[in-house]
Amino acid sequence: MDAFTSFIFMLDSATRLTVPLLLACLAGLYSERSGIFDIGLEGKMLAGAFGAACVALITGNMWLGLLAGIGVSIAMALVHGVASITFRGNQIISGVAINFLAAGLSTFLGQNWFSQGGRVPSPPAGGRFDAITLPFADQLREVPILGTIYAELISGHNILVYIAFAMVPITWYVVFRTRFGLRLRASGENPKAVDTAGINVNLMRYRAVIITGVLTGIAGAYFSIAQSSGFINNMTAGKGFIALAALIFAKWRPWQALGACFLFGFLDALQIRMQGTELPIIGEVPVQAIQALPYILTVILLAGFIGKAVGPKAGGVPYVKER
Amino acid sequence: MPDKVETSEQRPETAAVSQTGEMAIELIGINKHFGPVHANKDINLKIRRGTVHGIVGENGAGKTTLMSILYGFYTADSGEIKVNGKTAVINDSRHALQLGIGMVHQHFMLVENFTVLENVILGVEDSARLRPSLDRARGELKRLAEEYELNVDPDALIEDLSVGQEQRVEILKALYRGADILILDEPTGVLTPAEADHLFRVLETLRAEGKTIVLITHKLREIMAITDDVSVMRRGEMVATLSTAKTNPEEIAELMVGRRVLLRVEKGEANPGEVRLQVRDLVVKDEFGVERVKGVSFDVRAGEIVGIAGVDGNGQSQLLEAITGMNRPTQGEVWVNGKQITFTGDDGAAVFRRAGVAHVPEDRQEQGLVVQFQQWENAVLGYQDDPRYGTGVFLSLDECKKEAQAHVEKFDVRPPNINLKTSSFSGGNQQKIVLAREMSRDPDVLVVGQPTRGVDIGAIEFIHNQIIAMRDAGKAILLVSVELDEVRSLSDRLLVMFDGHIVGEADPATATEGELGLLMAGVNDKKDAAE
Amino acid sequence: MSARKPLPRWADLVLVPALNLILAFVVSGLVVLMIGENPIEAMEIMLFGAFGYGEGVGYTLHFATNFVFAGLAFSIASHAGMFNIGAEGQAYVAGLGAIMVGLALDQTHWLLVMPLAMIGAGIIGGFWGFVPGYLAAKRGSHVVITTIMFNFIAATLMVYLLNRVLKPEGQMAPESETVEVAGRIPQLRQFWDYFGFAPVNMMFFVAIAALIFAYILIWRTDLGYRIRTLGLNSQAAHYAGVSNSRIMMIAMTISGAMAGMIAVNEVLGVQSRLVLDFVFGYGFTGIAVGLMGRNHPIGVALAAILFGALYQGGQELAFMMPGITREMILVIQALVILFTGAMEGLFRTPLEIMFTRISSSRQSTGAAEQATE
Repeated sequence: MDAFTSFIFMLDSATRLTVPLLLACLAGLYSERSGIFDIGLEGKMLAGAFGAACVALITGNMWLGLLAGIGVSIAMALVHGVASITFRGNQIISGVAINFLAAGLSTFLGQNWFSQGGRVPSPPAGGRFDAITLPFADQLREVPILGTIYAELISGHNILVYIAFAMVPITWYVVFRTRFGLRLRASGENPKAVDTAGINVNLMRYRAVIITGVLTGIAGAYFSIAQSSGFINNMTAGKGFIALAALIFAKWRPWQALGACFLFGFLDALQIRMQGTELPIIGEVPVQAIQALPYILTVILLAGFIGKAVGPKAGGVPYVKER
Repeated sequence: MPDKVETSEQRPETAAVSQTGEMAIELIGINKHFGPVHANKDINLKIRRGTVHGIVGENGAGKTTLMSILYGFYTADSGEIKVNGKTAVINDSRHALQLGIGMVHQHFMLVENFTVLENVILGVEDSARLRPSLDRARGELKRLAEEYELNVDPDALIEDLSVGQEQRVEILKALYRGADILILDEPTGVLTPAEADHLFRVLETLRAEGKTIVLITHKLREIMAITDDVSVMRRGEMVATLSTAKTNPEEIAELMVGRRVLLRVEKGEANPGEVRLQVRDLVVKDEFGVERVKGVSFDVRAGEIVGIAGVDGNGQSQLLEAITGMNRPTQGEVWVNGKQITFTGDDGAAVFRRAGVAHVPEDRQEQGLVVQFQQWENAVLGYQDDPRYGTGVFLSLDECKKEAQAHVEKFDVRPPNINLKTSSFSGGNQQKIVLAREMSRDPDVLVVGQPTRGVDIGAIEFIHNQIIAMRDAGKAILLVSVELDEVRSLSDRLLVMFDGHIVGEADPATATEGELGLLMAGVNDKKDAAE
Repeated sequence: MSARKPLPRWADLVLVPALNLILAFVVSGLVVLMIGENPIEAMEIMLFGAFGYGEGVGYTLHFATNFVFAGLAFSIASHAGMFNIGAEGQAYVAGLGAIMVGLALDQTHWLLVMPLAMIGAGIIGGFWGFVPGYLAAKRGSHVVITTIMFNFIAATLMVYLLNRVLKPEGQMAPESETVEVAGRIPQLRQFWDYFGFAPVNMMFFVAIAALIFAYILIWRTDLGYRIRTLGLNSQAAHYAGVSNSRIMMIAMTISGAMAGMIAVNEVLGVQSRLVLDFVFGYGFTGIAVGLMGRNHPIGVALAAILFGALYQGGQELAFMMPGITREMILVIQALVILFTGAMEGLFRTPLEIMFTRISSSRQSTGAAEQATE
């Protein structure tokens, strides 16, 4: 295998690893743009993964599995919404609770229902999103460079991968080119201005939180019935927090979110590939150093050492209408 | 000025004020409480269509509350609102907008990182896609801009605009929504004189087109310059509605300040001693980087009370912060007892306290007290590192409580329970807790901001007497208050602050309310008036 | 200027948390019911497992020891107005301090090892808290996000160190060398066999001391006074001449050091070596303990015992009722955090209205009238 092909393979692997990050990151974008902090992305993804795995297993239908994942994730998002919008609770605390709730409930119910140590077994055929071969991929495989890119990198993913990447322009359009997006952004920046314009701020925020639930649900389904088969205990493994880091890194913008998520996905792929390999001069790079990079970069960015990440101004503050 | 079509029913000049058909707005018996505060007391107000109607009053008189009720931001406890003769229920801003009422808030309701266009269409977009709305708004804005001389770049971000331009956006927003009745809350507070003049030209054009304008202000010059009628509010009540042509600034100033029975303050002659506090060419910026104190100098001597009068928001707060170490001035010097006081960290307040400056802050709930603390804990706030209360590591609860007990007794704090949570005390007693703490320390300089804001009558007299007693004990006292009565009756010398400058010094014993009111309103400020 | 009055002290400290706790248990009971088990029976098993016999009590106290440290770590930062969810990572890296002292001095005596290990773990854990504190105070970073990131950085750092540095030559498992007996902190069962095989050790007494220390620090010292002033009203702290940035850094450092004590308990009191993921979520549980205990040492002590009992009773429950796993505890923990932390208004608002009605009917001409101008 030549260097080019192996590089394409790595990009391919990075693409797969980017997908859940990207979905979760865009999910967080909606919520945080509306003024609701969300550190519960991880929990919602996990819950979605569990719901999707269960229903896909029982029905053998991947689409029902996906819907279930979305449904469960929306339910979790609504808990966050009720706590932080209606009860004006602390959004951080609520997010922490969601993460624990998802981790606890998924393992607990999984063990109870399937008795495999919290695992949900692989769904039967049809319960899983399989790779799609795009038209002419096989024929073009032999075409140098472009053919390889098309066949190996662009073709051969499951539908959720394409949905995730399609969500980037869609999100950009929704957030910056529609009435909904305008009101969404305004709610996160200056809710009082939104209120004086005769718009219900809390309703806007609920809608945002539900969209967050939909996207984390898709991300969850990707984990359990697309990327792998079946649910395992804590299978999201902190990806929700990386997505949060990516969101900050992207300064709450969709295209930049794609960039940040792909960077972190690529680092992940690199890390997997570099296990045990020696580099010239440097010697062996500890994979942990690469693993920690997204977190370290986020800390540095937040501290304003490389540009400043300023989130939506009204983020984290419940809107209290004076009476 | 474009000469617009004038239909016969518009511009009824100063005709009969009673015919309902000509009333854009009628407020009948409006009441509004905020907790124990009665912000609007049985307000009746009629505003004629096609006029500019001024509403004046001191800070806290209830003007903004009244207009917020009209705009649906607050709901009145009781009373009726009629718009164009019809009874209206205005529960939120959407209703107000539907009735053709638009408001330009004192603090602009704009989304900072949106463009002008985006702000204008927010809430009144035509369709789910923004593009058509934006295109229509662009055309409409162009038309409005030409008609009213309200030029702003529709694609500029709000955060890049000047305050004057932001205000134009607010007005455009209201007009774009088809407002017939436009409420402006203190619109010139943030404008340069040139911008203010431009605003008035715009308002005149609007009036010429038959729009009704409600102008909330405390500047008499503006009232005289532009309004047809003027209503005066004082302490939550509507005290008079006059035809502007038939009144004069002196009359309005008196009505505004009121002929309240002066609380007699018994005080003898001052015996000023040596200079304790010197302020030289002080320039202070607020937290947004706006220059609020623009070169102020004065002295305060031992044994005298120097009062600073002025309408709230003319730099007094920033001045207080700079001479108590809470904010670092960008220029100028503060000297205490002949020593210049400077600091580098974020604990300047401690530096000034050590130098002998005690500070009764303007806002006791936000600054002067931790309301969740028990009373005795607040009795040492700011003096927690005083060796009297501990070894430097431990806090001696006994000593703190002893001190608190002494405060309670000396200042007659009620209930006299030092273990009570501070939030359970009434406003007057909370203020006594602060005053007791700051006065008991035998400071050389006492800086007092709004000593009786929100304090009941009984406590006011007591607090005033304590301040006099401090003076007689040879302390240098700087008193800042927006209550003209208060600064007049307590001070030995009176400085008037307007727009970050000290615009005049007066003898509190001889200056009349009218004179001071004019100074406070910036009328005598030649530099400003000339513009 | 609300028309409602604050709740009486007892209602604030006892009634509201009790109601929230009951709600959390009711909802958890529903989950148990949903999977077809009897929640009452489950409760009985848990209670017996936690308190019914010596070894159970020993485990309960052992878990409670960790939760006291974690809860205090959360509380001390909270008093300064900082939301430290980094106790997990702070405890994890603090394991380095504990193990280094343990390995270096395991030829001496535990009486020497224990205090030095506490200092070592305190310094490293404190540093791991200080950095987010510094970034928040001086650079305006969001302490929540920074501490989350620091948890992950800690995790990867420890994996690296355990695999590459601390692992003895020729060993497969990513673990440090084992501390000799002389360097281990004695478990109480050595003196009192009532505790069976429970690992509760001398650090239990340190936890009690830590509670007292926290009480004195927060309510009896100059520093504590500053911390509370900052946390309750940062403007008033500024007015009072408190250096807000300095206090933020100090509070986060103490918080991290407190979390570090978990490491001493686990590394030298139980495992006798440094292993992967030894913190096991105790740091996170500290959030629930702190919230539940209303950031007061007595409350933290009670909440720590509650969660200690949940952990131990939960293990027993998982053993006795195969349908229920110990993750049930995580669910209860989540619900406690949700109800006591984020949805406090659920009970507080109605209670405030209720109490205001009661008190206003009792004294119709009250002091409220005086509050007007």
